[in-house]
Amino acid sequence: MQDIILEARHINKQFHDPVTVQVLTDITFTVNKGEFVSVIGKSGCGKSTLLYILSTMDTDYDGELLIDQDLMTGRSDTELARVRNEKIGFVFQFHYLLNEFTVLRNVMLPGLKLGRYSEQEVEHRALERLKMLGIEQLASKPAYHISGGEKQRVAIARALINDPHIIMGDEPTGNLDVKNSNLVFDIFKELSEVHNQTLLIVTHDQSFAENTSRIIEMEDGRIIRG
Amino acid sequence: MNSRLIVGIAKSLLLARWRQTLVAAVGVTFSIAMFITLLGFMNGLNDLLDGLILNRTPHVRLYNEIKPSDNQPVNASAQFSDSYNFISSVKSGISRQEIYDSGPILQAVKADARVLGATPKLTAQVFFNEGTIEITGVINGVDVEEESRLFNFQDYVTAGNYIDAKNVANSIILGNGLAEILVADIGDVVQVTTIQGERFPLKVVGYFQSGIQEIDKVQSYASISTTQKLLGKPANYMTDIQVKLHELDMAPAVAKEYEQIFNIDAEDIQTANAQFDTGSSIRSLISYAVGITLLIVAGFGIFNILNMMIYEKMDSIAILKATGFSGRDVNLIFLLIALSIGFFGGLVGLVMGFVFSVIIDNIPFNTAALPTVKTYPVNYNPVFYFIGGFFSLITTYLAGFFPARKASRVDPVEIIRGK
Repeated sequence: MQDIILEARHINKQFHDPVTVQVLTDITFTVNKGEFVSVIGKSGCGKSTLLYILSTMDTDYDGELLIDQDLMTGRSDTELARVRNEKIGFVFQFHYLLNEFTVLRNVMLPGLKLGRYSEQEVEHRALERLKMLGIEQLASKPAYHISGGEKQRVAIARALINDPHIIMGDEPTGNLDVKNSNLVFDIFKELSEVHNQTLLIVTHDQSFAENTSRIIEMEDGRIIRG
Repeated sequence: MNSRLIVGIAKSLLLARWRQTLVAAVGVTFSIAMFITLLGFMNGLNDLLDGLILNRTPHVRLYNEIKPSDNQPVNASAQFSDSYNFISSVKSGISRQEIYDSGPILQAVKADARVLGATPKLTAQVFFNEGTIEITGVINGVDVEEESRLFNFQDYVTAGNYIDAKNVANSIILGNGLAEILVADIGDVVQVTTIQGERFPLKVVGYFQSGIQEIDKVQSYASISTTQKLLGKPANYMTDIQVKLHELDMAPAVAKEYEQIFNIDAEDIQTANAQFDTGSSIRSLISYAVGITLLIVAGFGIFNILNMMIYEKMDSIAILKATGFSGRDVNLIFLLIALSIGFFGGLVGLVMGFVFSVIIDNIPFNTAALPTVKTYPVNYNPVFYFIGGFFSLITTYLAGFFPARKASRVDPVEIIRGK
């Protein structure tokens, strides 16, 4: 049996404001190590909401969430922050780099926060990842000085800095042109195939999803395929 | 590691908007500087005004008051013990102004551990003769050396040498207002008539100026032996014993005690000069109120700037939280920003407050009333600097508290989804 990285058990979520709306209904699925999973569905089907619950940032749900076979449900803010730091890498639609820092420093921040390695080692690891993504020449530039496609790659490097169990993406190619989208997809593909990295990507790009190893399709808050 | 990282992030956020930071810090600097200057100047002034009276006033004054006896003979009569006795037109009996047993009392007081020093005083009412005109005046017979040591007598002698009052026989130091009236230069001889009608020549060896003109017009000083001679009294005759204590605040208690032990009248400085205490404390109160108001205004400035910074940095806060920084870390970052503004702004403010104080201290301030004062008075009490520094940290902490709490509660999901 393969290692289970992520497991959702009967997750339900409702929005209460302004009227109670059932957003997610009885979501149960697992993600195994090394899988490249895409979540697709129409706008408003709840796929982003699901992602934020899976990422531990949203704690207002019923059901159980396990990451690396540890129960996440009901843990404190500080503990969850630690889990996000250590086990989850994020890539968002918007890059969210900190403009006050250089590219290298942006990549290093989660690593420094984790504190598993010394500052020199974290720097070395950050440079390694930038090199892997082909953007090591940008390391010393301020974060607001680089292009959109480059920013997204820096964000991926940042997601990788702590060797996370899983990388989660919320429409990571949504803001990019075709060329950069393909570039980012190729990076994900390579991570999955070469480095056996687990990925869970929410997207509405059909062609993107078709090239992943597993597709979860959602409709009206339920999983209808996958 | 974690704390270093948080300090690093706070520093980057601060320096990224250094102009805003500077404005906030200047607000703190300005208010702290004004706080220090104001308090220093106000208290300098307080000390000066207090000193005008308090330094020259004995903490406890022992004397014999001439007053009717509380215990009239009729009260002692058993016949009238059950009745109310109304006696009109009561007069003082044969009582003397002199302190009885003055020598032993003086010795006992000097031996008291709470007492810094005690010196006898003899006040004599006299007439100064200016041609045919007689001018009323008072001669204070004092122990010149002790008077200088305890009550800064020498500071108020503006012309001549104060010690000549002791060293030159039959000499007098005139109040400068009195000297003007008598047209008496140093070295001149003035004629003095005592109440008993004795006429006596005294040599003027100096002028003194108390800063209070009414006093300078009537008062003069001579050595106690000269005054005793003037009045034809023996060497143990004195009307007052002036006591200076180590602790001013103990004066009322000591006065009460002496009153009982020596069966004498005793007056403490607090009772004698209550209005000065009140004036000082109200001036201090006003300067504290103004200083703290300034600080609160600066605090609101910091509050605003931090709030703005948090709105600007919403995205950064969200991503920090998404990548594993907890609410507490974010809270710490913003508190640190607020406190460093307070710390550095306050530090510069303390230095500037000191510089302002020094400048004020060097502005010439010459007034005829205050012979010993040449520049504006400033008090450099370190307590003001402690309070200033402490308050700069407290206000900035409070100013940072709510914005930081808001930042720590930013929900990353809301920010990220909102895009």
